[in-house]
Amino acid sequence: MTLSATDLSLTVDGVDHLKSVTATFEPGRLHTVIGRTMAGKTTLLRALAGLQEVDSGSLTRDGADLMRTPVWRRDTAMVYQQFINYPHLSVFGNVAFPLRRQGLSRDEIQRRVSKSLALVGLTGFERRKPSQLSGGQQQRVAVARALARGTGILLLDEPLANLDYKLREQLRDEFKTLFSDQGDTIVVYTTTEPAEAMMLGDVVLVMHEGRILQVGPPQEVFERPATTTVASIINDPPMNIFPGRIEGGQVTVAGFQATHVSAHLAQLPDGAYQFGLRATDVSLASAGVEGAVTFVEISGSETFVHAAVGKTPFVIQIEGIHDVALGDLVKLRLRPERLYAFDEKGSLVRTPSYDLVSVGGR
Amino acid sequence: MRPRLYPVFKYTVIALWACFVAGPFFWAMTTSFKDANAVQGGATYLPWIQYQPTATGWRNIFGGAGGIDVIQPFLNSAIVTIAASAISLVLGSLAAYALSRYRFKIGFIKNSDIVFFFVSQRIMPPVVLVIPFFYLLQWAGLLDTIAGLVIVTVALLLPIAVWVMVDFFNGIPREIDEMAMLDGCGPLQTFVRAILPNSLPGLTVAAMFCAVFGWNDFFFAFRLTFTEVQTLPQAVVALNSSIPPWWTLSAAALFGVAPLVLLAIWVERYLSKGNLSGAVR
Repeated sequence: MTLSATDLSLTVDGVDHLKSVTATFEPGRLHTVIGRTMAGKTTLLRALAGLQEVDSGSLTRDGADLMRTPVWRRDTAMVYQQFINYPHLSVFGNVAFPLRRQGLSRDEIQRRVSKSLALVGLTGFERRKPSQLSGGQQQRVAVARALARGTGILLLDEPLANLDYKLREQLRDEFKTLFSDQGDTIVVYTTTEPAEAMMLGDVVLVMHEGRILQVGPPQEVFERPATTTVASIINDPPMNIFPGRIEGGQVTVAGFQATHVSAHLAQLPDGAYQFGLRATDVSLASAGVEGAVTFVEISGSETFVHAAVGKTPFVIQIEGIHDVALGDLVKLRLRPERLYAFDEKGSLVRTPSYDLVSVGGR
Repeated sequence: MRPRLYPVFKYTVIALWACFVAGPFFWAMTTSFKDANAVQGGATYLPWIQYQPTATGWRNIFGGAGGIDVIQPFLNSAIVTIAASAISLVLGSLAAYALSRYRFKIGFIKNSDIVFFFVSQRIMPPVVLVIPFFYLLQWAGLLDTIAGLVIVTVALLLPIAVWVMVDFFNGIPREIDEMAMLDGCGPLQTFVRAILPNSLPGLTVAAMFCAVFGWNDFFFAFRLTFTEVQTLPQAVVALNSSIPPWWTLSAAALFGVAPLVLLAIWVERYLSKGNLSGAVR
């Protein structure tokens, strides 16, 4: 029951919403699509659902063409970012709506709705109207409706994006269990948050400007981002990317020569590179690259210091609350052994774990 | 003092406006209970003090001597208004839904142009329309019939229904349609099961407009019917003569307005009741 998208493209007003998107979605697996806002994630989901016509490309399910199948025969459920429910129906009516369309018996509908509402923790809310529920509850109703049908394809478009932080965390954990119990269903879940993508996904697809940049298990995408763009999308805060050179085994970044060059970089041929370093691998020290603080965010347990080294912006994530003020000159210590090396075009050359990646891959 | 001045001003203005609007009704109300003597010598408003109330006017409109019987014209008006409003609402909301949800392009004509085409029917002076209507009904043999009048009234009401409903449907999130389709509804099912049930406020407004315009129509009924069919506005006007029987006229006019007043009171609660909160946050 695989769902395959081949070469999907859609251009609207000169902007690529989808650009040669080819992907295979496997039953029983949760695929998270991560990308920034406007990356084409929603468009991809809508195309998979048949709600969005594309300029070219094809969509097949087990080899059978889906492009001519109308939306109402696609065996697809979708949960929207904006908590879409039928306003005129009760919670029960909302979940039962698709089941009634399937012509199920009264008992079967009753059974499925109860089961589905129990799954999302809304037992006892059957008679309420969606407008009488909180945002989180409304989204649970939408999820319950999608689950009750037992469709082959389940699409979720940033379902947690409009919820407050606490609810988001709670629902995310619940989703993990919920979706792992969905048997042969193909689940596709979009998000802008790296943590969500990696925690939920069996497979992570990284999207940017309508293209799929990388597909792989969460750990692989995180450890071996194929390009600088992937590296900055899959990390929160985004991975620091900065230009530098390797010459005779010496690494120079931002006008600063790294003193302890680790072996994984020393072997690389001489030339210009782009380096990547996670915010957690940069720290403030008494000596190092000098930068001016442009912005400070304190989350409580962590402090995010934004600093400019020359014209290159850096984000430094340090534990605890630090007294750093705007405009301060700080010294950054980069952990050379954690440096990623990308070529000038941004393709991954070397990861910190010493293994070689073919230059100019995807 | 300033904060308290505003409500005073507001309610004064509202009260003045209310008097202005209610004035003619009050005049008609008092006049309808007068007789020939009482209407002479200027306006008087206080029953039993300034004049002796009688029910002559009211008797006259229900078949009393020298009056008319408003029952048949009332029924004619009611049939025409209800039938034409119902047809307009059904056709109008279907058309409006299509205009709201699907993109049409006929040469340079787009959705907004089609909506404007509907509205433009109301911009045209009725006199322009009545001549073609006359010939069309004559050709179909429907002059001076209820059916003919219903058809013409639909033509008058449909633009209003389309206009109100396009606006209303545009306010319903498209995601609800999409969800209904994903849930197994074809286009018509989507409309009937997911959109219409959420459209009660819009339908109420459209129905109200249709009822008012349909009920009030004098001109087309006057030009397109002669002896067989007479609507209420025609009947009221027909009372006019060289010496107008003011009391009968007043009673007939009040009787004609009454259904709309009752309708407005009954419908008012539905206008604010239904809303789409909970559909989209």
